[in-house]
Amino acid sequence: MERQLEYVLRTVEERNVRFVRLWFTDVSGFLKSFAITPAELEDALEAGMEFDGSCIEGFTRIQESDMLARPDPGTFELVHLPGEETPVARMFCDIHLPSGEPFDGDPRFVLKRTLERAREKGFTFYVAPEMEYFYFRSADGTEPLDHASYFDLTPSDLASELRKQTILALEGMGIPVQYSHHEISPSQQEIDLRYTDALTMADNILAFRTVVKEVAQSRGVYATFMPKPVAGWNGSGMHSHLSLFEGDVNAFHDPGDEYGLSKVGKCFVAGLLQHAREITAITNQWVNSYKRLIAGYEAPVYICWARNNRSALVRVPIPRRADSGSRVEYRAPDPACNPYLAFSLMLAAGLKGIEEGYPLPPEATNNIFEMTPEERLAEGIYNLPNSLAEALDVMEKSEFVAEVLGEHVFDYFIRNKRLEWAEYKSYVTPFEIDRYLGVL
Amino acid sequence: MGEPLLVFPDPPPPLLVQTLDLAGYSWKAAGNASLATQLEPVDGWAGAVISAETDPEGAFVVCRSLRRRDVPVSPVLLLVSGTQLADLELREDLFDDFCLTPFHPRELEARLRLLAWRSGRATGPEVVEYGDLLINLETYQAAVAGRPLDLTYMEHELLKFFATHPGKVFTRETLLSRVWGYEYYGGARTVDVHVRRLRAKLGDDHAGWIQTVRSVGYRFGQSRWGVPANDKP
Repeated sequence: MERQLEYVLRTVEERNVRFVRLWFTDVSGFLKSFAITPAELEDALEAGMEFDGSCIEGFTRIQESDMLARPDPGTFELVHLPGEETPVARMFCDIHLPSGEPFDGDPRFVLKRTLERAREKGFTFYVAPEMEYFYFRSADGTEPLDHASYFDLTPSDLASELRKQTILALEGMGIPVQYSHHEISPSQQEIDLRYTDALTMADNILAFRTVVKEVAQSRGVYATFMPKPVAGWNGSGMHSHLSLFEGDVNAFHDPGDEYGLSKVGKCFVAGLLQHAREITAITNQWVNSYKRLIAGYEAPVYICWARNNRSALVRVPIPRRADSGSRVEYRAPDPACNPYLAFSLMLAAGLKGIEEGYPLPPEATNNIFEMTPEERLAEGIYNLPNSLAEALDVMEKSEFVAEVLGEHVFDYFIRNKRLEWAEYKSYVTPFEIDRYLGVL
Repeated sequence: MGEPLLVFPDPPPPLLVQTLDLAGYSWKAAGNASLATQLEPVDGWAGAVISAETDPEGAFVVCRSLRRRDVPVSPVLLLVSGTQLADLELREDLFDDFCLTPFHPRELEARLRLLAWRSGRATGPEVVEYGDLLINLETYQAAVAGRPLDLTYMEHELLKFFATHPGKVFTRETLLSRVWGYEYYGGARTVDVHVRRLRAKLGDDHAGWIQTVRSVGYRFGQSRWGVPANDKP
């Protein structure tokens, strides 16, 4: 630890860093940042930086407005901003109370606590997300940059240049990219991040969203992670490939099994399916998220798993490398979620399945999607919540979610999102004007 | 101070002894070249202060023997009187600097400090080099072909470990225990994740320095037993 602090302090001095950005997130997953000077850095590393927590969404408790941001020196990175000669340093922070205890409203702490539970069972949790997003001409409308589609080679196209520039910036920040391509909708992009431990990945997703938006802005266009910006086009998801390792061994892998899945893997999938409805408010936290979760756009709707059906909620891909590639893909989350909270609940749902030994339901066959709702219900196949309101209703009754998130985050989240739903409900939409004004 | 300085002749002039002692240098005197070898500490002399005042011939013999070795002793400071200056001609390879006698103690100290600093920068153990990679262990900074690398602490530690053991194959477990320490929990996958990040930061031209050795682990740089396929012209 000592040497790590020395490394940070020395690098700031040697590289002429003039500002150190301290990053953390509010409950909704918005990146919060404040800058300190190198002179303040040593104190910040040792004692934390004081700030007024009442300015941060979801942190507010009148009696607890003073908080400490304690930089995590392991996350120290240098970032090169366009046009700046010297780099800026960046560190993620853990939020503490003035007494020194971790603040239970800090989403990063919620994830750390959940990872600790996995660790007690001997598991490390890895995540590789597929990040989808759109480029538009500006934030005021949804005019696309192109009309290309899936895998189209559009060499002269601004979007592919932006994507290339983004990937270079990400790799420079130590966020390796596995794969990237034009997605199915016009102007829609996908960048797949290489797997890493869940805490680092959640940090990386915050950095990712910032980098994508900054690169777009530098070229005068707008990047958005809004789940469904245009009706009739596919929305943007954040399919998450999840795996558990016991030391060096992939705990999901069983070469002798028909699906290549171990008992641990099957119970994990069963846990995800069992608790899917309860965690959807977190993995899909906006009114708009539910416009993506509809049939016909490759988004999951029914709570089922399959090996090859891309509309299933959980997909069990056939691993490419026999020894370590086993993973399960949870397809509900969208890229506008709070990754710390979403990863916490996906992991906890899987762990619950392992603890309780949930049985894996049979694999979904294609006719699930052709069945009538009644037939599906008869087979015990449920839908994901239809709307934010329904997701909140289910979540509010869940002891499981309350325990994972902790009382503070749970209460705030429900309150805040109920408010958002109430505002939406009272809004008269263009749909209603178009449809009803002329005839009613 | 680390290793002692070699001092010639034995006994050395009293003012030289006093100056070295007051400045806090550890030293050992040797009266000839073979004694200088016999008395040498395991990690080699930190340098030498050779006085040519009383026995100029003997002094140059010692200097020459120090420089002829596989690993020459450096730095060598020569003490000469004004009348001996002509003798230095064509002997420039035998010493790093000289100081006129009678010397001022402060001047001798300053010259020793300067020599130590220079040699520390150029060849001292504070710098690790591999190809055009340079890692300064004292400042924690690494650069490839003069381009500074932006590394996290663990990436820096991993690169340093690799660069100090080029050509050797390490298992993930070894890397985990040597670089992260046993208390680290993440499992050997952590090594893969960091190697990937390090490769990304080294850039396309240098990512190949860290080679994956199938079902064993990783190797930095060329194999000791031959040139890897992708390095062949």
